[in-house]
Amino acid sequence: MAVATGNSFASRFGVHIAVLVFVVIWTIPTLGILVSSLRDKDQIIASGWWNSFASSSQTEAGRLPAASAQTQKDGKFVLEGNIFGDGAKRSISAFGVKAAAPTQYPAGTSADLGDGVTLQVNADGSFVMASPKAFEGDRGQRVYYASSAPPKFTTDNYQTVLFSEGIGRSFMNSLTVTIPATVIPILIAAFAAYALAWMRFPGRALLIAVVIGLLVVPLQMSLIPLLKLYNGVGTFFGVPSKTYLGIWLAHTGFGLPFAIYLLRSYIAGLPREIMESARIDGASDFEIFVKIVLPLSFPVLASFAIFQFLWVWNDLLVAMVFLGTAPDQIVLTAKLNALLGSRGGNWEILTTSAFITIIVPLIVFFSLQRYFVRGLLAGSVKGG
Amino acid sequence: MATQIFSAIFVIIIGVGGCVAYFWGANKLLDLIFPARGVSGTAAVNNLRRQGLVRPWLFVGPALIILTIYLVYPVIATLWLSFFDRGGTSFVGFANYEWALRDPDLRNAIRNNILWLAVVPAACTFLGLIIAVLTDKIWWGTIAKSLIFLPLAISFVGASVIWKFIYEYRGEGQIQIGLLNAIIQYFGGQPQVWISLPFWNNFFLMVILIWIQTGFAMVILSSALRGIPEETLEAAVIDGANPFQIFWKIMVPQIWGTIAVVWTTITILVLKVFDIVLTMTNGQWNSQVLANLMFDWMFRGGGDFGRGATIAIIIMIAVIPIMIWNIRQANKETGGH
Repeated sequence: MAVATGNSFASRFGVHIAVLVFVVIWTIPTLGILVSSLRDKDQIIASGWWNSFASSSQTEAGRLPAASAQTQKDGKFVLEGNIFGDGAKRSISAFGVKAAAPTQYPAGTSADLGDGVTLQVNADGSFVMASPKAFEGDRGQRVYYASSAPPKFTTDNYQTVLFSEGIGRSFMNSLTVTIPATVIPILIAAFAAYALAWMRFPGRALLIAVVIGLLVVPLQMSLIPLLKLYNGVGTFFGVPSKTYLGIWLAHTGFGLPFAIYLLRSYIAGLPREIMESARIDGASDFEIFVKIVLPLSFPVLASFAIFQFLWVWNDLLVAMVFLGTAPDQIVLTAKLNALLGSRGGNWEILTTSAFITIIVPLIVFFSLQRYFVRGLLAGSVKGG
Repeated sequence: MATQIFSAIFVIIIGVGGCVAYFWGANKLLDLIFPARGVSGTAAVNNLRRQGLVRPWLFVGPALIILTIYLVYPVIATLWLSFFDRGGTSFVGFANYEWALRDPDLRNAIRNNILWLAVVPAACTFLGLIIAVLTDKIWWGTIAKSLIFLPLAISFVGASVIWKFIYEYRGEGQIQIGLLNAIIQYFGGQPQVWISLPFWNNFFLMVILIWIQTGFAMVILSSALRGIPEETLEAAVIDGANPFQIFWKIMVPQIWGTIAVVWTTITILVLKVFDIVLTMTNGQWNSQVLANLMFDWMFRGGGDFGRGATIAIIIMIAVIPIMIWNIRQANKETGGH
C-alpha cells in the first residue's frame, strides 16, 4: 500500500503531519478531563487545564481584621497580619482596595488610601495598615489582590467523588448490572447459533432473516411495552418493577440478535470435516457442540463478550427506564447524568466522575483490542 | 452493598448453571424418550429421525423465547399502542399521528434528526476513510489508529462531559477554561455559549458523535483497503495516475460495499441518538431529537404511552429500508449455505 504518494520527502512529511493533527484532535478532549481531574479544584476554575503546569494567577478578595485587632506603634494605629492565614504557598503580585481597580498597587509598595492611612501588602501575603487615627467599626478594610499559586496536583477529587458523591457506590451498581448481562446471553446465543448454522430444520432460513431484521430494530420500539409489562408483573406479584433481574434480562434480550448473528457467521465457517468425522464416530449434536464447537469458538465468544460488556457498561437509556435512581440502583452513566444537573459548574467533580466512568472501558479496550476489532469486522463487514 | 454483590454472583451462577442444566437436561430427556442406542435397527433409525426433528428447537428455544418477549412482542405492541391514548386503554384511531403531524416540537426534532443524518454518517465515513489511507503509509500508523479508535470505548454520557468541558463558557474578558472559547479569545474573537446557539448547537452536539464513531469507520475501511488487490494500484501507478486519481478512481470504487455498510450502521446509530442530547441540552434551544423527545413523552406528567409509541414508530419507519437491505444482503451471502 505504499503506492499512492510516498515519493517525495515533502509529501511523506505531509502525511506524518496530517496524521499527527488527527491524533492530537482525537486525544486532547480525553486528556483534558484526565488532567483536570488531578488538579486542585480552585485551580481548575482559575486557569485552563493546558496551563496546569504553569503557576495559575487569579484575582481574589479578602477583608482585613476589624478595628478591635489594632495595636499602637510609634504613635500610629497599626493592623498587621497575613492575608492567606498560615501555610498557603501563594504569592501576591499586586493589590488594590477598589473592586474596579483590584491590581492598582504592585506588591511590596505602600499605598496611600487618603487621610494619612497607608496600606502595604507584600508578596508573601503579609500586610501592614497604619493610620494616625484609631480604626473604627467592626468590619475590616476590603482588599483585592492578584495572587499566583504554583501548580498543585492532588487525588483529593477522586476521594471526594468516590466516597461522598456516591460514584463509588454507582461503580458497584454498574458492575452488578454488567457482569450477569454479559455472561447470560453468551450460552443462550451459542446454542442458537450452532442450531442455525449446522442443523437442518424447517423455518431455519426464516429465523435467520428474523434475527438479522431484529439486529437493526431500534431499542425505542421495545421500551414502552416492556415498561408496561414490568409494571404489570410488579403489581401482579406485589414486587418492585425496577430490579436488577429485570435489567439483566432486558440487556440479554437486546444483545441476543447481535450475539446470534456474530456467533452464527463464525460457527458456520468452521470446517465441515471436523463435524462430519465426529458424527461418524457417533457423537450427537450436543456432544459436537460442547466438545468441538465451543472450544473452537473462543475468539468470537470473547469478541461478543467485550462488545456486550462495553455496551451494557456505557448504556444510559435502558438503565434509566428499567432501574431506579436511588443510590442502591443508580449506575455510573445515570449518576454522571444526574451530576451534570446538580453539579453543573463543579468541574472537579464532573471531570473526575467522568474519568472514573470511562476507565473500565478503556482498560478493557486496550487489553483486548485484538478481539474487539475482530468482532467489529465480523459483525459489520458481512452485511450487518 | 454486600448483599448486592452476593446476589450478583448468585445470579451469575444460577443463570449460567440454569442454562447449562437446561441444555444438558433437555438433551438427556430427548435421549430417554427416543432412545437411539440399545433398540432394534428400524426403531433406532426412527428415533434418531425424531430426535433430529426436536433437538434444533431445544437449542434455539431459549433464544426464541427471549427474542419474542423482548423484541418481537414489543414491536407489535408499540404499533398497537400508537393507536391508543396516554394510558394505553382507549382507542383513539389516528389521533396520535395527527398530533405528530402538527406538533412543533416533533417537527423540530424531525428536522434536527434529518440534519444529523445528513452530517454525521458522511463526516464519520469521510474522516475514517482519510485516516485509514493516511495511517497505512506510516510506521506509527497502528498507534495512531489505536488513539483515534479509543473514543469508541467511551460512553456517550462520558463523551458529553468531555465535550461540555471543551465548550465551557465564561463571560467575555474572563479567563476561559473551555478549550474552544480559550482559542477563540486568544485569536481575538468573542467567546460564545456554544450549546445554546440555536441551529448551530446541533453541530456542536454532532461533533461528539463524529468524534466517537470515526474510529469505527476507520477500522472497518482500513481492513477493506487492505483487501484491495495490489496489482490494481500498481497498474494505476504505471499508467501515471496521481494520488488523488488513485484514491477516487481505483480505491474508493473497490470498497463501495464496505462504505455502504459503515454508512448504514452509523445511520441507524444516529436515528437512535439519545444520550448526547439528553446530557448536553435535554432538547432545549431547538436541539431536540426524536429519541430524546420520545423519552420525554414516556415520563412527562406520568407518561403518555400513545404519543411515545407514535414517535418510536416514526424512528422505526426510518430504519425499515435499511433493515430490508440488510436482510437481502444476508440472503445473498447465505444462499449457498
